[in-house]
Amino acid sequence: MSVMGNSALALSEEQAMLMDVAREFCQSKSPIAEVRTQLETVSGYDISLWDEMVNLGWAGIALPESCGGSGMGVATVVPVVEAMGKAMLGTPLVSSTLAAQLLVRAGAAAQFESVLSEIATGSVGTVALLENADWGDDNIHCTLDADGVLHGSKAFVADAGTAHFFVVLARHGDFPALALVRAEQLTAAAISPNVLIDQTKRSANVDFTGVQVAEGSWLSGEAVAGALRDVRLLGALLVAAEATGSAAACLDTVVDYLKTRKQFGKLIGSYQALKHPAVDILTAVDSARSFVYHAATVTSDDPLSRDAEIACRMAKADATETLLYAGDRAVQFHGGMGFTYECDAQLYIRRAQWTRQQFGDAQHHRKRLASLLLDSQ
Amino acid sequence: MGAAEQELKDFRGQVSAWMKDNKPADPGFLLPQTFMEVGDERQLEFLREWQHKIYSAGYLGMAWPKEYGGGGVAPIYQAIADQEMRRHAVPICFNVIGLGWAGPLINDIGTEEEKARYLKRILSAEDVWCQGFSEPDHGSDLGNAQTKAVRDGDEYVINGQKIWTTMGNFAQYMILLARTNPDTPRKYDGLSFFLAPMDVPGIEARPIRKLTGEYGFTETFFTDARIPADCLMGEEGQGWKIAMQTLQYERGAEAGAAGGQMMVRITIDDMIKQLGDVTRDGEPVLKDPVVRDELVKMIMEEKAVVLGERRAHITALTSDYPGSLPLSQKLRMTEMTRRMRQFAIGLQGAEGALYVGDDQARQGGFWQRAYLNSFSATIGGGTSQVQANIVAEHVLGLPK
Repeated sequence: MSVMGNSALALSEEQAMLMDVAREFCQSKSPIAEVRTQLETVSGYDISLWDEMVNLGWAGIALPESCGGSGMGVATVVPVVEAMGKAMLGTPLVSSTLAAQLLVRAGAAAQFESVLSEIATGSVGTVALLENADWGDDNIHCTLDADGVLHGSKAFVADAGTAHFFVVLARHGDFPALALVRAEQLTAAAISPNVLIDQTKRSANVDFTGVQVAEGSWLSGEAVAGALRDVRLLGALLVAAEATGSAAACLDTVVDYLKTRKQFGKLIGSYQALKHPAVDILTAVDSARSFVYHAATVTSDDPLSRDAEIACRMAKADATETLLYAGDRAVQFHGGMGFTYECDAQLYIRRAQWTRQQFGDAQHHRKRLASLLLDSQ
Repeated sequence: MGAAEQELKDFRGQVSAWMKDNKPADPGFLLPQTFMEVGDERQLEFLREWQHKIYSAGYLGMAWPKEYGGGGVAPIYQAIADQEMRRHAVPICFNVIGLGWAGPLINDIGTEEEKARYLKRILSAEDVWCQGFSEPDHGSDLGNAQTKAVRDGDEYVINGQKIWTTMGNFAQYMILLARTNPDTPRKYDGLSFFLAPMDVPGIEARPIRKLTGEYGFTETFFTDARIPADCLMGEEGQGWKIAMQTLQYERGAEAGAAGGQMMVRITIDDMIKQLGDVTRDGEPVLKDPVVRDELVKMIMEEKAVVLGERRAHITALTSDYPGSLPLSQKLRMTEMTRRMRQFAIGLQGAEGALYVGDDQARQGGFWQRAYLNSFSATIGGGTSQVQANIVAEHVLGLPK
């Protein structure tokens, strides 16, 4: 058997059209000046802009039609998220999409139909997975007791401050469980915002202790474990798509500077010491995009296949390293300017640090890829 | 399945069966992995016979016109034949400069007479072709070529020196770029293109010993070498344009090649397979966590290239950096190959220090030799550094 495996890569006409619309939208609505106005706001994004995105149907792209979505699958969210990444547009689209996916993939679309419909119309959902800094730690300490009361805290919950719903991973007896908690069930003190290196992102530690989960608002069992595994992979894919967009924007920023800045009487872009790494960034972006759209091609609404798992892990491992390299070089190549807050390079290098940690870093995924690819030899 | 699809499927089966039946036995000496490694007569004769056999069976030049020795069928047939050659890991079709570059060029812009004279003999390997572009002082700066061709009656007199002539000592013909006018304002306008015979007095091809210890290239000296005037292709002064078109075939940007495998494709699977019994710290080397991480990176690098080939055909996914994937293809492929082979040797433990000729060398020193040879591709046809300049300037729009 070849370690190369499946290398399908396709884009439907629908996806291509959506990609065009999303690029145009994000570019015109979210220029960098606009991004900067959101860096210190509480929500981290412009709520009216989010409403516009919702009106375009983006919050429901991957949701089943029965819940008011368009049933086009996570693969179709990918081009939108890439476009958002390119514009450094922080919105809760990824959080909401993943929260919905977790419920749907756990087979609970009917049970949570009203919540999912709300997500399709713009209510923000998020997943509360982590309890510590280790994406590879599968232990769950947060519990859902026999009376439906939660005990424990979750860490690094994305968009916790603006979320209307939390899909909380907890242990119920010996099984993993998902509990739906509404924001109004939490006291203000329960949410402790993190100060993030990427100022376009928001997350918080959330204490769910004492929350009484409403009747019919939780589920547990094997289906949860499968859905959880898939959503971690889809999270990795969406973050990879966003990182790829950001890396491309970072490359454009670098190239613009290399074409305009003069030193020693020459445009600095004519120096090979800068030119060749710029090409390295380009080829890295090329690879990342290929991995991301390959992964989008092989995912579906069914439980993810081995090929899809490999593809999502490769996409994450590759795209985050790409953005890291691009952001790092962007600062350096801007010289003294690059060391300032005013220079946009900081946005990318900070985004890179956030991105690499989400849903497991490159080493995390390569370690698992090694088992997938080499142990079957 | 439609009738056409069935026909292609049948054809594939037929080629596959032929390759299986006719794949030559191990000749007992190392065969070239690329056309740039044909170092001695023994290898030459073996490969010449093999190419002739494939051609006679009808699996080479399938899309070239029938009247000039081709098969006259759709290119898809050749593509299938090539895939089967690769799949059966048969030896290469070594006459690459004829099959891949000179042939398509003659097919596209040659006169009737040129087509009739050259094409069939390229396919049958009766004529081996070489290329006289690079010069000692102008490796990457082709437009500056200084070898002179001076018209004298119905002949041109050639003086100068070419280098890195693949199979220069075996070839019957050369595609030659020479300067017919030293005084043009633009250096490019003084160049002309010749289909030059190699068997005239005054041409000396001296084999260059490569870093592998083997041969494959020559330095080619022209001292008052007289070639017939009708060897000029097109008109005087069109040399640069024709050379650029030739490079399009060489870089795979322009179709028309006769087919056949140019080089043995060595994949990461081959590399993993060679490790079989190798250990590290007493455990199988594939269990070593550091090796595993590196290996996954290598697999991803190769996969990215494969996926890039797919993505290159999807306009919506390439429109923001048009030309990026095709223009960086050579750079990526060749650098990846070099790194992979270097890595492969590193995995062999102490055996990594052995070389061709040692009985203990893993696969006869295949990986060591392949690594050293990989530089022919990172340097030849424009070094990786020049390739990076091209991508930077043409795709990113950076200044020269």
